[in-house]
Amino acid sequence: MKTIEDLKRLRQQVQSQTRVRQECSKQIIVGMGTCGIAVGARDVMSAILDEISKRKLEDITVRQTGCMGMCEKEVLVDIVLPGEPRITYGRVTAADIPKIIAQHVINGQPVKEMVVGKFTE
Amino acid sequence: MRELSLHILDLVQNSIEAGANKVTLDIIEDIHGMDTFLICVTDNGRGMDEATCKKVIDPFVTTRTTRRIGLGLPLIEMSTKRCNGSLTVTSTLGCGTVVEALYQHSHLDRPPLGKISETIKSIVIANPKLHFIYYHTVGQAVFALTTQDLIEILGNIPLTQPDVLVWLNEYLTHNEMTLYK
Repeated sequence: MKTIEDLKRLRQQVQSQTRVRQECSKQIIVGMGTCGIAVGARDVMSAILDEISKRKLEDITVRQTGCMGMCEKEVLVDIVLPGEPRITYGRVTAADIPKIIAQHVINGQPVKEMVVGKFTE
Repeated sequence: MRELSLHILDLVQNSIEAGANKVTLDIIEDIHGMDTFLICVTDNGRGMDEATCKKVIDPFVTTRTTRRIGLGLPLIEMSTKRCNGSLTVTSTLGCGTVVEALYQHSHLDRPPLGKISETIKSIVIANPKLHFIYYHTVGQAVFALTTQDLIEILGNIPLTQPDVLVWLNEYLTHNEMTLYK
């Protein structure tokens, strides 16, 4: 599937199936400051997008953010589940993503060994 | 950084942080003519006055509040200087900024462009409200992409819809590869 025509066809297919629930979506935020990019934030972002396509997850919002201040702990990934505090993971690699998505994003259990901090809104 | 596409990601991130809602990325590889590799990022963010513009390549000058050092621009400038090139930053306060990184294309020390599809994917998906325009020219071949066009086709389907992600991956990879044929 690699042309604009393919995208138009895909739209027809997906249109009927999509329930747009942006307000309740789970958020994944990747730190994309110079420090993050230098140690692999883009590859972590790609791994996240791969997991989303593989597992066909529909209710995820993916964002980037700038420097969060903990440069030595990059790559930083924040997960915000509806109704839950924001959890920050540090020193994340592309290989860690399947576990974080499966355990935390899907099953709601933060991966404690990788967590750096918790923000309560 | 190991790839030019990582520097590009960094420059676009700067534009977003300057409040831009429209960013144009031009990559021009003049392989047959002037032997140059040009990266040009244009944004409509808050811009800078002349004094700030002159200082911005200094690593000790940064807009971020979390640290006092900003290495993004100095690092890309260093990479251009190793390749007979240059970094130029022009800006108008209230209008926007243009950053141009020029390299000698055939220089042995020029980093590869690298995984530009991954960079474009990252920019486009994580910033759905950003009007992003991309042109990649290699010799006479051009690949152009505008997020407005994709969003118009998709309607209310987000770019993070799993099947759309698969399509975007293949679309970018295929078109980038075709440029070099």
